[in-house]
Amino acid sequence: MTTPLADRLAALAASSGPDGPADPPPAPPAPETPVDRPWTPAGHAHPPADHPQVLADRPDGTVVRSGRTVAKAHAPDADPQDLAARLRIAAHPLLHGILLPPLPLTAPDGFLLLTDDGRALTRWPYGSPVAPDDPDAAPWEDAARLLARLHRVDPRQLPGPVPPMCGPAKAARALTRLRGALENGPAEAVPRILRAAATAVERAWYGLPPWARGEVPPPRAASLCHGDLHLGQLVRHPATGGRWLLIDIDDLGLGDAAWDLARPAAWFATGLLAPDIWTRFLTAYHAAGGPALPPHGDPWPELEVPARALTVQTAALAVAKAVTGERALDEAATAVIDACSRMVSLPQQLAPGGPVVR
Amino acid sequence: MQCPKCHAPMHTYNRNGVQIEQCAGCRGIFLDYGELEALTRLESQWVQQAPPPPAPQAYPAAPAWGAPHHGHHGHHGHHGHHRGLGHMLFSS
Repeated sequence: MTTPLADRLAALAASSGPDGPADPPPAPPAPETPVDRPWTPAGHAHPPADHPQVLADRPDGTVVRSGRTVAKAHAPDADPQDLAARLRIAAHPLLHGILLPPLPLTAPDGFLLLTDDGRALTRWPYGSPVAPDDPDAAPWEDAARLLARLHRVDPRQLPGPVPPMCGPAKAARALTRLRGALENGPAEAVPRILRAAATAVERAWYGLPPWARGEVPPPRAASLCHGDLHLGQLVRHPATGGRWLLIDIDDLGLGDAAWDLARPAAWFATGLLAPDIWTRFLTAYHAAGGPALPPHGDPWPELEVPARALTVQTAALAVAKAVTGERALDEAATAVIDACSRMVSLPQQLAPGGPVVR
Repeated sequence: MQCPKCHAPMHTYNRNGVQIEQCAGCRGIFLDYGELEALTRLESQWVQQAPPPPAPQAYPAAPAWGAPHHGHHGHHGHHGHHRGLGHMLFSS
């Protein structure tokens, strides 16, 4: 990939940050110096440390790696002030061992660089991700413990103002994307099965309370939340044998901590996650003192609304991608769309005035 | 009392309130009328008092809109182990 943005990120990742004592990583070593590279299986040549590698390239973020550092271009519509606040939180000692801390860019405490056209850039240590081919072997307990610790951080001790957690707004954007895909979709008619799926998604969406659709503030917003937990949000740092940390602070902020547990909950509810893994995740969260759920009994009174919202969000994105031809509806997509259909067919949803949820 | 089989002396034992005679030589047991029924009755009471077999691990609580699941162990209707479906666990 050789776009100007990727080139800029590659140069940023390879740079050594601002001058000054607070800059932790040394300049890239001479080529003959042994480099602390992530372990790779024998026979799999690892790209040279100075060879830039595009790790992600999506409309809402591009990430380029160079050696032990990555640079990220955040979403074009990201609020620089909120992002700067989130970066200060990620760098705060209270989040040590929970969130991957950013690397300084413009100053020892300056973690954000704005391009001429207003795009926010950041710089991070490289961490090794969860193996994508074996979710059963993913660090479910570590994820639960990290969330429990995150949720126990006292927001009053953080550099403020702490922005809101963006989970509900992200769900609303997924619905916007679905509508856009249907309106600006392919010239040929959208298949009936996709129209039916979109209708099920919309009806499930309007069965949610306004706070879960990002229309009003949530009734509970006292916890520091990640806002977009999935298995791509965990890395080991240092990449070789380091501990697991949470990454991607774009949606970090104050909200209902149950939102962070609701995506695994939604995976379990829709059959994408085995019951025993879900139980392991919940047990580890409780054992680590996670405050989002009552310590005993049914967790679903707390999880119900956010898990429905995240199921609808996932279904909306799956249908949108199917409409635009990015990805066919597979078994996983069908599972979340079917769950949307069941949400609206429940008798309580048909009661006058809609569902009574919080 | 002598054992009817080997003629060795028999000793009386009390087993849960039931008198039984056992031969000191061949270890054979002599039961009076009704004692076999009494032992059988005691045995069935013991079985009823025994702890029930370990209950199957409870299926975690799930919402009404969740995927239907079946009661068989290891076949809860989840698709997570199917190849290629894990992508949804790695994206927003």
